[in-house]
Amino acid sequence: MTRPIGKDVLNILIFAALLIWLMPMMISTYTLTVLVIYGMLGLSLGLIWGFGGILCFGQAAFFGLGAYTYAIAAINIGESTIPMVLAVLAPAAFAALLGAVMFYGRLTDVYLGVITLVVTLILFKFVNSTAGPQYVIGKARLGGYNGIPGFQTLNVPGDPNAYIWGDPYFYVCTVALVIVFLLVTWLLQSSFGRIAIGIRENETRMSLMGYDVAARKTVLFAIGAAIAGLAGALFANWGEIVTPGLFSLGQSAEIIIWCIVGGLGTRFGPFLGAVGLAYLKFMLGQQSMIDNTLITGLILVLFVLFLPRGVVPAIASLWKLSFGRAGRWPQRSNRRRARHG
Amino acid sequence: MDLSFVILVEVLYAIASLVLISAGLAVVFGMMKVINLAHGEFMMLGGYATITAVGLGVNVFVAMLIIAPLIVGLIGLVVERLVIRHLYGRLVDTMLATWGLSLVFIGLAKMIFGNTTTGISTPIPGFAVGNYQISGYNFFIILVAVALVIAMFAVLRGTRAGLIARGTMQRADMAAALGYSPDRIYMATFFCGSALSGLAGAVLAPLVGLVPTSGGAYIAKAFITVIAGGPSLIAGLVSSAASFGFVNQIFTFAISPVIGEVALLVAAVVVLRLIPQGITSRFFKGKL
Repeated sequence: MTRPIGKDVLNILIFAALLIWLMPMMISTYTLTVLVIYGMLGLSLGLIWGFGGILCFGQAAFFGLGAYTYAIAAINIGESTIPMVLAVLAPAAFAALLGAVMFYGRLTDVYLGVITLVVTLILFKFVNSTAGPQYVIGKARLGGYNGIPGFQTLNVPGDPNAYIWGDPYFYVCTVALVIVFLLVTWLLQSSFGRIAIGIRENETRMSLMGYDVAARKTVLFAIGAAIAGLAGALFANWGEIVTPGLFSLGQSAEIIIWCIVGGLGTRFGPFLGAVGLAYLKFMLGQQSMIDNTLITGLILVLFVLFLPRGVVPAIASLWKLSFGRAGRWPQRSNRRRARHG
Repeated sequence: MDLSFVILVEVLYAIASLVLISAGLAVVFGMMKVINLAHGEFMMLGGYATITAVGLGVNVFVAMLIIAPLIVGLIGLVVERLVIRHLYGRLVDTMLATWGLSLVFIGLAKMIFGNTTTGISTPIPGFAVGNYQISGYNFFIILVAVALVIAMFAVLRGTRAGLIARGTMQRADMAAALGYSPDRIYMATFFCGSALSGLAGAVLAPLVGLVPTSGGAYIAKAFITVIAGGPSLIAGLVSSAASFGFVNQIFTFAISPVIGEVALLVAAVVVLRLIPQGITSRFFKGKL
């Protein structure tokens, strides 16, 4: 955390440019696009859980909210620039409200989990039951279980007929991801980020030092939701349809699994977990021998039992042990990752 | 008059089914502070065990009340030995691991039973009250729930095993010092909790079309009821099931079933926001 931010940014940019250049040679950009979007979603939970210590069982709610906001706004407005902005703001506002209710009530781990889970369920049940013609927002019918198809997809700002799709859309998504990643990096190096980590480690200590813990957690929660909302809007553009499935518990579970497998308390972990597991799921979807859910579940159980810190921290400490300066053990601060919300 | 009787039965039925759904989870959480997110899948397995046993020609009540709890209890035992016993005291990790287990069970059920809806018919015929038709099976569910609560109370209050279990729940180290192995007691408790989940799944199986993913419908409700119930095992279970079941059915009758479900969930959020430690942290304090 003490490294100058400029070097960090340069490393990230070089790494990202290399990946953007190399990956399309191996995997089709259509698949890559969704992997990038999932990576961003993983990053959003990785930020609030890994660095803020807020275990949210309902990150999918913000993802779905972003996608639905985009779809509804795009149908009503007929172009994509303002809907994209709305899709980031609406989940953030919702999360700020929900977060304020929870954090000012001093709810922690399990209770936080229950409430975020319940809110996701409420949204899922509600959206699922909106099939009737009376559920209309402006010109957009909510469509219940069938979702909303046929909305305006991403276009060049100011020109609603110049659609961005295919390869260019992949580059738009990756650039968005790199920008978000840099913002997260900057946020974590700022005093806000360091105080957030302090709150994760010991909430009472930080509040006794005079920081407004509830307000800071609420803001962090809202930032995480904004990132998830952006991912949702990008996903809506990619899939060209939004369905209540985006809000489902299965989706929330998947995001949590990405973070656990990748490694909490790192920026790369949740992103890598998301990309890796989503690609694995995609590969497994092409065979019918073993059920997909079974493997996802097995991975989660095995990781919790044997590698609870995740892949990235494990590799990092292995790296330090083998290539670090002789006799230097991993620093204590690196060993203490907050797994408990 | 007839309508109010029907509403009363429906409210009681809603409360009873919430008690049934949550009992297994309440035992495991209340005694061991383990949140078993695979609880819904244990219920789903109980349902499949019943349907399979009935298909093999076993009497439906024997299948529901004896075979299903035993089978699911044994599955729970295996799970406890393989996974959960390594994670005691790590609340969030157990939640994640059992969530993984729930996915594993869904996958297994899909592979074994196929991704189709199966079911058995209700073994008790309905009857008419005035202009309304009531399912006789609702009374059976209410009866099972009442019997279950009384049995849990009797075991915990009246037997030596219940005393040891309650002692371990309060001070595991002291129980160990007095010569009772907490490991064994946790194992037995988890067996009982799983068996209760299996029983609930079996009893509710005739009412729902069973699919491998049915567990998901139960887990959220059970989770909410248990957490909102708070520290007392039985008083918490009954009081939170009563409040949520009441809210659910009143809104279902007044508006629609979907709004009833949503009202239940909203009520849960409100309760947890106001009394985060659960209902029995403020009322019925110190009761069992």
